Formats: sequence, structure tokens, C-alpha cells
Amino acid sequence: MIYLGIVAVAAVLSGSLTGDRSWNPVIFTKTFLVSAFEWFGELGLFCARLFLAALTPPYQFAELKRQCDEIGSKSLPLVALAGAATGVVLSLQTRDSLIRFGARSFLPAVIVFSIIKESGPVITALVVSGRAGAGIGAELGSMKVTEQIDAMEASAVDPFQYLAATRVLACALMLPLLTLASNFCGIFMGWVASTLAEPISLRLFLENGFKNALLSDFIPPTLKTAVFGLIIGVIACFQGMRTTRGTEGVGRSATSSVVLASLFVILADVVLVRLILSVWG
Amino acid sequence: MQSHLLIEVDRLHKAFGDQAVLKGITLRVRSGETVAVLGRSGTGKSVLLKILIRLLPSDSGTVRIAGEDLSQLDVLALNAIRKKIGFLFQQAALYDSMTVRENVAFPLTKHTKTSSADQETRVRELLASVEMDRDLDKLPSQVSGGMQKRVGLARALALDPEILLFDEPTAGLDPITAREISELILQLKQKRKMSAVVVTHDVQSAMVFADRLVLLDQGNIVAEGTFADLRESREPFVRKFLRDAS
Repeated sequence: MIYLGIVAVAAVLSGSLTGDRSWNPVIFTKTFLVSAFEWFGELGLFCARLFLAALTPPYQFAELKRQCDEIGSKSLPLVALAGAATGVVLSLQTRDSLIRFGARSFLPAVIVFSIIKESGPVITALVVSGRAGAGIGAELGSMKVTEQIDAMEASAVDPFQYLAATRVLACALMLPLLTLASNFCGIFMGWVASTLAEPISLRLFLENGFKNALLSDFIPPTLKTAVFGLIIGVIACFQGMRTTRGTEGVGRSATSSVVLASLFVILADVVLVRLILSVWG
Repeated sequence: MQSHLLIEVDRLHKAFGDQAVLKGITLRVRSGETVAVLGRSGTGKSVLLKILIRLLPSDSGTVRIAGEDLSQLDVLALNAIRKKIGFLFQQAALYDSMTVRENVAFPLTKHTKTSSADQETRVRELLASVEMDRDLDKLPSQVSGGMQKRVGLARALALDPEILLFDEPTAGLDPITAREISELILQLKQKRKMSAVVVTHDVQSAMVFADRLVLLDQGNIVAEGTFADLRESREPFVRKFLRDAS
């Protein structure tokens, strides 16, 4: 069902269905399937070209550094805020439930495990998808419709290497670091919310929270965000670089970058969680 | 020194879906020659220019630049050819997140190993040649359309190309600025002895700098020659185009 939903959204956002106002189920289904397969086919070709461009010298280290700053440092306040809010909400919500079941002492562990294993990585990815994904989609879309990407290609600079590979790599590198920041803020604010309701020292909170935690509880969920970063970067660059129809197209690229990247992140999360559980148990 | 063929286009065809844009264009440009490609809007002039640098693929026919068939080149060889070509886009296509200085420096940074001091000297020299050396730190959005074209021209000249391609260099400009840009192209032609293909619908400007005019209509070349040749043409479309243009 999730796959079907994503195919539907991909078909709609690829723009092929939006021009046809008349409703004919056969034509609609045909157009829908063709545009969905076209979208996935083009995405596959885009990924292959991107992969080759990323491996071929000269490597664009200066641009990669600039993109890491753009995607990493500039997303940090938003990610920290989202992480902090998650910690507070988790603390408030679970406290009541745990008291009801007589398991109040598990509150620190519930907060820590919820944040590091699932909510931290996913919320960070969704925030970055909203901020950086939309930014990349709109920026590259605008460059496409104003012929800046053509100008770059005419200057013998590969836009896949200079624009796309650097952004995709920056997303993949920055997501795990942003997740660490989000986790830290979430756990800290979880403690603040707990201690306001019932005073507990930070040391005791952390000791209780991390008592049974293993590296395998922490490393795989944090590293899976690199995959989320790849997804966000690839989808945003792909949608941006295939923009057509002027400023309207730029808006559509920004929106579709966020929607598709968020959907694919959620889908990838399902797959990766299953994979992590089967490997690390 | 005898001039040689730099651009050879043979029986070039290009269509978008059902719409045929170029229907068997054949064109030759010699070294040091400036050819103006004229025609109404939507007759495939810009498409022809983009095919000359393989920003668009052709459907059939061949394009040779300095003897190299573009369709047979791999990415590295194609980029080596592209370094010999400067392209001025219709809307200048300056990188809007970079300053005027950074725009002109971009090809130098990517393709030369000069020191930053030498690069700065070269950027200033290029911008001075288009009278834009006082706005180095401005963003493209902070300068006028005519100034953007000048900066675009400086960027196109950065790697000392053998060929310049101009896509509507005077479109959207007031008559005085359009004349200034035309004279700038003429000066470049006289100083640097480069070959150029200028796509335009502005006959007055083309008269300033072009050695030869090519008139396109519905994807075909309908007339070719000097301005005097075209003026004497009996072809109804040529007569109408020149009459309306003047």
C-alpha cells in the first residue's frame, strides 16, 4: 500500500496528470502508469549519472564544504528545536501512562530509547527534508529555468558533479550529525520536563536512561539517517534539475521535493528498521 | 594567414515531439568570421546555437567544431571543445548567488591553475573590457539587464575562446544599450579575431558586426550572404523580413 501510495504521488507530482482536465478512467490509468514509470526511469538514470559524477575527478571539495554549512549548520537551530520539543512531549505523554501502569522509574529509559532509536532520526530527517529539500529543489529549479545550469554545462563544468553530487553528499554527511544534536536536545529537554514535574538530577536521569543501552541501540539508528540524507538530496536535486514551465515549475519542484523526500524517508525507515532488527536483533 | 573552417553543420534536423524545428540546416563558419543567424521568434535559432555546443542533441545530421564531430565525443573530449567556446545566453544566465567578480572568475577557477592574484587581475581586465569593472561586488540582481549581458560576455571570454556564440545579445535592451552591445561585439571581433555565431532578430545590430547573414524560416535557411546580397534578394520572405526590420 505504501509503495502504491508513493507511485501515485510520484505520478501526480511529476506533473503529467495535472494538465488533463477531462476525466476518463482508462486514459487516466494509462497516463498515471506511464508517468509513474517514466518518473522512476528518469530517477534511475539520474542516480546513475550522479554516481558517476561523484566518483569522477575533479572533486568539488570547496562546494561540498559550502553545502555542508548550508545544510548542516543552518538547519541546526530548527533541528535542535524540533528535538527539544519531541523530548518535552515524550516526557509529558509517557509520564502519565507509566504512572498508570506503575512503571514511573522507566521514564528516563523510555525517553532515551524512543529518541535515539526512532523519533530523533525520523524527526530530524523530516525537518531537513522540509528545510533543505525545499531549498535545493527551488534553487536548482530556478537555476534550470534561468539557464544557469546550461551556462555551467557550456563552461565545461558538469552540473551533476558541481551542483547535485555536492548537495547529495552534504545531506548524507550532515544528517547523522544533526541527528546527534537533535537526540541531545531531546534527551536534555526530556529531563527538564521530567524534573519540573518531579525533581531528578541529570546524572541519575542519564544513568537510568542509558543503563541498558548498547552501542547497537545507538549506532545503527544514527547511521540510517545517512540513507535518509541520500534520499532527501537525490529527490530534491532530481526534482530541481528537471524543472520546466518557469516560476510555476520552480514552486512545483520545491513542493514535490519536500513531499516525495518525506514519503521516501518514511518508506525507507520501515525497510531500514526491519533490516536493523534482523541484523542486530 | 588563410582562414579555416571552425564550425561545420551538415543537414541538421531537430524536432520536439511532432514539431520539426530544424529541417536540414547546413552552415559553415570560418575562423575570424562573424555570422548572424536571423529569423522570426520560434524558428529554431536558439535551438541551433544550443546544438552547436551540445546542450541539446540533434536528431540527425552532423556538427563539427574545429574538425571534431560533437556526437562522437565522450564527456572529457566534449568539455575540451566547450572550453574553446564562449556562450552568451539570452538572459545572460549569470549565477545569481555569486557576485559579478565570482561569475567571471568561475570558469578560471574551474579550468586554470593560476594564483588568486593573477585570477583577480584577469577578472578585472575582462570586466574592464566590457566597462563593468566598477561593480565587481554586486550581485546580478543589483545590475541592469544590459550590464548583466556585459558581465555574461566577460564570463564567456574568460577562457580566451576561439568561438563565441551569442543568443539574442540585444533582445530586451533599449536602442542605445543594444547599439553599445553590438559595438562591443564588433570591437571583440576586431581585437581578438574570434569566430562568432550571433542569433538575433535585430537586423540593425547584425549590420554592425556580421560578415555574413543567414536567414532562417520554418526550420530552413531561406537566404545567406552579406547584407547587400540579402537586400537584393527576390525571395518574398527575405524582402518582407528586411522591410519590417527597418
